[in-house]
Amino acid sequence: MSSDLTRKTADELARALSAEEVSSVEVTRALVDRIESVDGSIHAFLHVDAEGALAAAADVDRRRADGDQLPYLAGVPIAIKDVLATKGMPTTCGSKILDGWIPPYDATVTARIKAAGLPILGKTNMDEFAMGSSTEHSAYGPTHNPWDTTRIPGGSGGGSAAAVAAFEAPLAIGTDTGGSIRQPGALTGTVGVKPTYGGVSRYGLVAMASSLDQAGPVTRTVLDAALLHELIAGHDPMDSTSIPDAVPAVVAAARRADVKGLRIGIVRELGGEGFQPGVEARFTEAVELLTSAGAEVVEVSIPSLRYALGAYYLVMPSEASSNLAKFDAMRYGVRVPPAGVDDPSAEQVMASSRDAGFGDEVKRRIILGTYALSSGYYDAYYGSAQKVRTILSRDFAAAFADVDVLVSPTSPTTAYPLGDKLDDPLAMYLGDVATIPANLVGIPGLSLPVGLADEDDLPVGLQFLAPQKADDRLYNAAAALEQLLEQKWGGTLLSRAPELEAIR
Amino acid sequence: MTVETLVPFEEALTRYDPVMGLEIHIELNTATKMFCGCPTEFGAEPNTQVCPVCLALPGALPVVNAKAVESAIRMGLALNCEIAQWCRFARKNYFYPDMPKNFQTSQYDEPIAFDGYVDVEVDGETFRIEIERAHMEEDTGKALHVGGSTGRIHGADFSLVDYNRAGIPLIEIVTRTIEVPPEKAPAVARAYVSHVRDLIGGLGVSDVRMDQGSLRADVNLSLKPKGSTTLGTRSETKNVNSFRSVERAVRFEISRHAGILDAGGRVVQETRHFQEDTGTTLSGREKSDADDYRYFPEPDLAPVSPSREWVEELRATLPEPPAVRRARLQADWGFSDLDMRDTIGAGALDLIVATVEAGTTPQAAKKWWLGEMARRANESGHDLDALGITPQQVAEIQGLIDAKRINDKLARSVFDGVIAGEGTPEEVVVSRKLEVVSDDGALGAAVDRAIEGDPDAAAKIRAGNLGVAGALIGAVMKEMRGQADAGRVRELILEKLS
Repeated sequence: MSSDLTRKTADELARALSAEEVSSVEVTRALVDRIESVDGSIHAFLHVDAEGALAAAADVDRRRADGDQLPYLAGVPIAIKDVLATKGMPTTCGSKILDGWIPPYDATVTARIKAAGLPILGKTNMDEFAMGSSTEHSAYGPTHNPWDTTRIPGGSGGGSAAAVAAFEAPLAIGTDTGGSIRQPGALTGTVGVKPTYGGVSRYGLVAMASSLDQAGPVTRTVLDAALLHELIAGHDPMDSTSIPDAVPAVVAAARRADVKGLRIGIVRELGGEGFQPGVEARFTEAVELLTSAGAEVVEVSIPSLRYALGAYYLVMPSEASSNLAKFDAMRYGVRVPPAGVDDPSAEQVMASSRDAGFGDEVKRRIILGTYALSSGYYDAYYGSAQKVRTILSRDFAAAFADVDVLVSPTSPTTAYPLGDKLDDPLAMYLGDVATIPANLVGIPGLSLPVGLADEDDLPVGLQFLAPQKADDRLYNAAAALEQLLEQKWGGTLLSRAPELEAIR
Repeated sequence: MTVETLVPFEEALTRYDPVMGLEIHIELNTATKMFCGCPTEFGAEPNTQVCPVCLALPGALPVVNAKAVESAIRMGLALNCEIAQWCRFARKNYFYPDMPKNFQTSQYDEPIAFDGYVDVEVDGETFRIEIERAHMEEDTGKALHVGGSTGRIHGADFSLVDYNRAGIPLIEIVTRTIEVPPEKAPAVARAYVSHVRDLIGGLGVSDVRMDQGSLRADVNLSLKPKGSTTLGTRSETKNVNSFRSVERAVRFEISRHAGILDAGGRVVQETRHFQEDTGTTLSGREKSDADDYRYFPEPDLAPVSPSREWVEELRATLPEPPAVRRARLQADWGFSDLDMRDTIGAGALDLIVATVEAGTTPQAAKKWWLGEMARRANESGHDLDALGITPQQVAEIQGLIDAKRINDKLARSVFDGVIAGEGTPEEVVVSRKLEVVSDDGALGAAVDRAIEGDPDAAAKIRAGNLGVAGALIGAVMKEMRGQADAGRVRELILEKLS
C-alpha cells in the first residue's frame, strides 16, 4: 500500500487520515522512502528531515487517537521551499552564503503549517535567493524535471514543483516573485498558485523583492491547492503589507468548479511570437473546452504589457540589491576573510564574504539594482518602472471590468534542456513574460497543466489571472477546466509521466 | 595631521558670514522599538534586547510602532509643523557593521512633519528658527572598539557590536539655514537646542538627555566671504554632548574654517567630532557628493496616513507653549526680565520649577542654580541637569539652611558630598559633621575668647561702633571652623558688650 500512498492527493489523504484508514506515520514513512528512492535523480530537496517529519506525524496520530479536533490537513506531509525560515531546520535560500544557518524562528507560513499538524518533510531546492527560472542557479546543484531528467524543472521553485510531480510530497510551498511558483508548475505538470499580494504573510520569507514576493501552494490538484491556500493565508500583524480582509473562499470555489456564464479574456499580447506551437495548441484546446462548458470567451488587449518585463527587471533587482545587503557575514552566514590581507577591516570581510558567498546571477541582479537606484539614474529607471506598474494596474483594472478572469499560456515554452539558457540570461528572463505582470500588479495567478506539447511530449500550463482579492475565481475556473481535461484524458496528466528509475 | 591655524572668532566675522544649520536627533521613550516589540530600556546587558527583526535575520519584517508615530506627530505640532496627510518610510542604503540591515529605515522626501518654526530668545532678543522637517527613523547599533588607546576604530584590536540600540525610534529635526547676526550664531545655536530640549521634554515623549545621547545635536556649518552669495563647503560636527558644547562647537568651527580659507585652503566636506576637553573638533569620516544612499520607498511598510481628526486630538494634548509658560512663571516667581533671561540662558528653567515644587522659594532656587550650580557646571563642562544633583536635593539643602542647621557656606560642602555620592543631604551633614553649633554654652565660650583676644575691637563696640563686630564674628567663626550660626554669634557678642 505504501507506494499507493505517495500517489494520493492531499484531499484523499486527509479523508483517509480522518477516517483512520491510514496513519500519518505510514503516509510520512511512504514519502520519506520515496524521497530516498528517487531524489537522487531529481534533487528536489536540499534538506530532508525524516526524523522530524515522523515525530510530527506520530504526534498527530496520537492526538487523533485521543479524539482531538484536528485541522483538515493534519497529518498530510508537506515540503517547504528553502526560502522560508524554519526554526531548527537549515534555511539556505539555495545560497552558499547561508550554508549552515539554522533560523531561530519560524516564518508565519511555517508556523501555520506546524500549528495545523502537517509533518514537514524538508526544504526544497531553488535558484539562489529565488533568482532564476530553471533552478540551475542553486549553489547546491540543479533540480531535474521528473518528466525528463535532462531538462530543467523551471524555477526558481523547481524543487517544490519537482517534489510534487515526482510524488515525493503531495503538497509543497513555493514563492513567486515573477513566476517562480507558476512557471515550474507549468513545466512539471503540477498546479501552482500565486495568491493576491498580501494574501499570505511574507514574515519569514527571505525577501528577493518585497513588493513582488508572495508564497503560495504547489500541488497536483486544484482542490489541494485551495486547501493549502486556505491554511497559509490570512492577516498577519507581523507583515504590514498583509491584507486584513477575510481570506477568499477558495476551497468552496474549487468544489464549485462551474464556468457557466463566466467571462474569460484571452490576453492577446501573451501569445503568438516566441510561444512554442505545442504550447499554443494545448492552450487553445483548453480554452475551447471552457467555451464548451458555457464560459464566454473574448480577446482582451493590454498594450502596456510590452513594458512589463523591462519594469520588472528594474524593480526586482533594485529591491533585491537592498534586501540582500544584510548578508554581510557580521551576524550570521558564511564568513570568508579576504585572501592575503593581514588585518582586514569589517568592510573588507563583508566584501570578500559577499564575493565568495553569492553566485553570478545574484551578483548580476545586485549590480543591476544598485545601478538603477543610483542618484542620477533613479528617476529614469526605478521611477519609470514604478510608473509602468501604475499604468499596468490601471490597464488590468480596465480589462477586469469586462471579464472575470484572464487566461494565457503560463510559459512560452516547455521545459528546456539543462544548460540551454545558462549563458544567456536575457533568453531566460523572456520565459517569464506571461507570469511577471501578476506580480507587478499584485493580482493572483494560477497555473494548471493542460496537456503535453506535440513536439516534445512535455507538460504545458495554462495561467488564470483574477483581480486582487478574487483568488476564489481562479480556483473555480481552474477546477472546472481540470475536471473537463481529466474526463477527456481519462486520468490525470501526471499519471502519464515516466516512472522514475529508483536509485538506491 | 595638518596643523590648522585658527582665526579668532571676532576676527573671522570681519571677513566671513557663517551659514549654519542644526540637526537634532531625539530618541523617543516608547516602551518598544520603532519596528519590533523589543524593549528599549537604557543600559541593559548588550544584545539582550534583540529579535529577528532588529537583528535583520533573513525573512524578518518591520512593523511601525504606532506610539512612535503619535510621538512624532505631537513633536511636529509642538514645532509648529504641518503634519503629512500621507507619508512613507524610505531605505537609506549604506554598509556599516553596526547597522543590521545595511540600510537605515528612515524617511526621505516624505517626512511626517514639515515647515515649522520655533522662536528662541537670546539676550532678550527673539530669533525665529525655521524647521524644514521632522522625520521618523531608527537608531543603529553601537560599536565598541576594544584595544588601542583612543577607543576609536583605528588601532583597535577588535570591535564588538551591541544591537540593543538598533531600532530605537528616533526623530530627526532639521532646521533651514539659520539666519541671525553672525556674532549671535553660537548663542542662538545653543538657545535653539536648549529650547527644543525643553519643548520636547514637556511633551513627555523623550528623556531628552544630552549626556545619555537621547538628544544629540549635529552642527552643520560653512562660511562665505562677506558680500558673497557663494556657499562654502560645510562640515558636520557630531558628538556635541551639552548645550555649552553646541556654542563652543559653532565658535570653533567658525575659527577653523576661517583659518583654512584665509590660507587659501579648501574646507573638506566631512563629519567632525567635538572634543569636550579641548573645545575643538577632530576629523571623522569624509563625506563627498559621491556618497549615494540610493533612497527608495520602503516596500516592506505600508504608508502612514494619520487622519486629521487624530492629529487634532493630539494637538489638544500639547502642553502650554513655552512662551506662555515662561510669562506665567516669571509672574509667579516675581523674576525681573534679566533674571528670566539668565535662567533660560543657563538652561535652569525646569530645574528651578522642580526646586520650587519641592518647597524652596523661587529666589533661593534661582540663587543656587544660577550661582553655585552654574559655577560648578562651568568648571566641569556639564550641563546643569547632568551635575549629579537633583532639584529635590537642592530643596532639601535649602530646608536645612532655613532650619538653621547649616549655613550657606556649609551648604557648599553638602553639595560636594551629595555630588560625590556620599548620600542624601541629611546623611552628608551627619557624616561630614557639618551641623552648625547653636549651643549658646559652646558659642559663649568662643565669644569670650574672641573678646579677650581683641580688646581694641571690644572697646570700640562698647563705645557703640558696631562696624567692627565683624572682626570678632570672624574670629569666632574661625575657631568654630565655620560651623556656627553667624547671626547668633553676633547677637551674643552684642549682648556681652552692651
